[in-house]
Amino acid sequence: MELILSTLINGLSLGGIYAMIALGYTMVYGIAKMLNFAHGDIIMVGGYVIYVFMSFHNPLLAILMAVICCVILGIVIEKVAYKPLRGASPLAVLITAIGVSYLLQSLAQIIFGSANKMVTVYEFGAIKLWGVTIQVSALVTLAVTVVVMTILTLFIKYTRIGRAMVAVSEDKGAAQLMGINVNKIITITFAIGSALAALAGLFYLLKAPSISNTLGAMPGIKAFTAAVIGGIGSIPGAMLGGILLGVVECISYKITAIAPYTDAIEFSILIIILLVKPTGFLGKVRREKV
Amino acid sequence: MMKKLSNIHWNHYLNYIVIGLFTLIFGSLSLGGMYLNSSLLFLMEKIAISIILAVSLSIVVGFLGELSLGHAGFMCVGAYLGGKVATLLEPSIGNSPFNLLISLIVGGAVAAVCGVIIGIPALRLRGDYLAIVTLAFGEIVKSLFQNSSDESFGGALGLDTPRYDKQYLFIWAFALVLITLAVVQNFIRSKHGRAVTAIRDNEIAARSSGINVTKYKLLAFTISAFFAGIAGVLYSFSNYTVQSAKFGYNYSIEILVMVVLGGMGSINGSIIAAALITFLNTKLATILTGDLAVLQNLFYAIILIAIIIYNNAPSLKNFRNRFNFGVLYRKLIKRNADPTNIGDDKAKWDVVPTKIEMNEVLSTDLNPSDNYIKGKGGDK
Repeated sequence: MELILSTLINGLSLGGIYAMIALGYTMVYGIAKMLNFAHGDIIMVGGYVIYVFMSFHNPLLAILMAVICCVILGIVIEKVAYKPLRGASPLAVLITAIGVSYLLQSLAQIIFGSANKMVTVYEFGAIKLWGVTIQVSALVTLAVTVVVMTILTLFIKYTRIGRAMVAVSEDKGAAQLMGINVNKIITITFAIGSALAALAGLFYLLKAPSISNTLGAMPGIKAFTAAVIGGIGSIPGAMLGGILLGVVECISYKITAIAPYTDAIEFSILIIILLVKPTGFLGKVRREKV
Repeated sequence: MMKKLSNIHWNHYLNYIVIGLFTLIFGSLSLGGMYLNSSLLFLMEKIAISIILAVSLSIVVGFLGELSLGHAGFMCVGAYLGGKVATLLEPSIGNSPFNLLISLIVGGAVAAVCGVIIGIPALRLRGDYLAIVTLAFGEIVKSLFQNSSDESFGGALGLDTPRYDKQYLFIWAFALVLITLAVVQNFIRSKHGRAVTAIRDNEIAARSSGINVTKYKLLAFTISAFFAGIAGVLYSFSNYTVQSAKFGYNYSIEILVMVVLGGMGSINGSIIAAALITFLNTKLATILTGDLAVLQNLFYAIILIAIIIYNNAPSLKNFRNRFNFGVLYRKLIKRNADPTNIGDDKAKWDVVPTKIEMNEVLSTDLNPSDNYIKGKGGDK
């Protein structure tokens, strides 16, 4: 019972991180119709910014700077690498995104070296809850994720910019005719996605206080998987997919017989779900018209 | 009846001739007893493997128009299975060409079966969804071999494979390149290849014209996977160990980059890009050692971004039309041709699908029909 509870909480908190990254993927996909493969590496940049600013021993400052730097970076990447390619073939944009991902990874390696850097943002310790030892950082991650997602959902539903984002994702051309500045909306989307990625970087550091230039690669792919499971382009879908994947991963790690195959299991789930529901759980089915 | 020599389209066969001559020269040098530098031999093997990979991936990406991010997974299957068969056969028939042949067949066949398995989701999924499925497939294969038991596939340490004699392996490798080219090029130029390109251009139109989309999608994936498996077997013969970590998604991307930089839908472009990228990677790895090694990735990334933006940005279209290979070619060879007239010469597809200007293809949308419909302003 204790094992189940602790696994569940760890799974939910990991799922929260995945959901947060997946939101970045899915929002950018919904609005700019592109797969931002460099998104995972923004997590890594966020982690390094926290590492740099933790030399002032002020976690709040470090987190704030990480969010600001990632937002600026996200906007710069969008303006320099993706904006010139608007209207080009999706494959070209995808390859550029991969190029940006390589660029960020190698730049990080040049600046910080290839050895792992250790940084402790804050020691939360552990508490006993109903007889189960639980890492407080997992609870904090879970709580922050819930708050952030609620705010994001409200933002998209009730603010002008949020509704403009929905409009752009529904129909770019019509949105433009209605006076929405599509370029501005895309920039804002990248900024929000990058801010979420910075937070995800923070949570990774809370989970394990070590950072390398490939920190974001695997979480990036997993979160992308989560976004696709939930239905890419759908915000509740990203949350659902992320949490499902996180829980599955934690359960699988706890069972010794299948623990080494965790990655394979997660990706198999993706393939099976897509075979049954080709657009993911909550993805929109777009009928092809001639 | 013999065809008149002047009636043969020599440029159809230019790639065979170039690669064949290259193989012939180096092969006769090696067979004639001249000792070739082992790093040169290794580089040639690597180039041959890259060319086979790029050409086979270009069937799916360039001609079927589906994005595959798991090509290294097929190669991984081929490398492990081929390496295993070679190890099992070594005591009985030694490290002979016969062993190589059996390994190639087994590795290629198993990879082709995987291709069919991945082709099945491809029937229901399109575009980005299919891309993530192929990526997932690559990671699953990698993970399965990584966690295999020591007796079966060597587990995390990798599978030890018999290494073929370096002085001769590259001849086999380039012979396989020629076979790959012959199969792929003839496939693409055949009725079946036309069907595949028709599916890329407009699936619904292809379906309504009576093309069996299911069959051709599976066929394209199977052929592509088969040759990736062949490349994997070659890899296992040219290296001491096969390690699953090598076949991650980064390697799939590297192959994809070769196809895209070479120009999608251009086999010759893929060959040139594969050879060039492999050559540069190897050379840069020897020049940039130690702390400088990381600069290689940096250059790679910057060049990649710059080339893609230059070739695809809609705002640079006029600039591209004035400065590119096509214009240079016309200026140098066909002086009187109009240099600005290199636009949408779609008719070329009817003649030879592989002979398209690199830049022209790079700027071609994978689904031109979509834009066309949108451009008309009516339906979406």
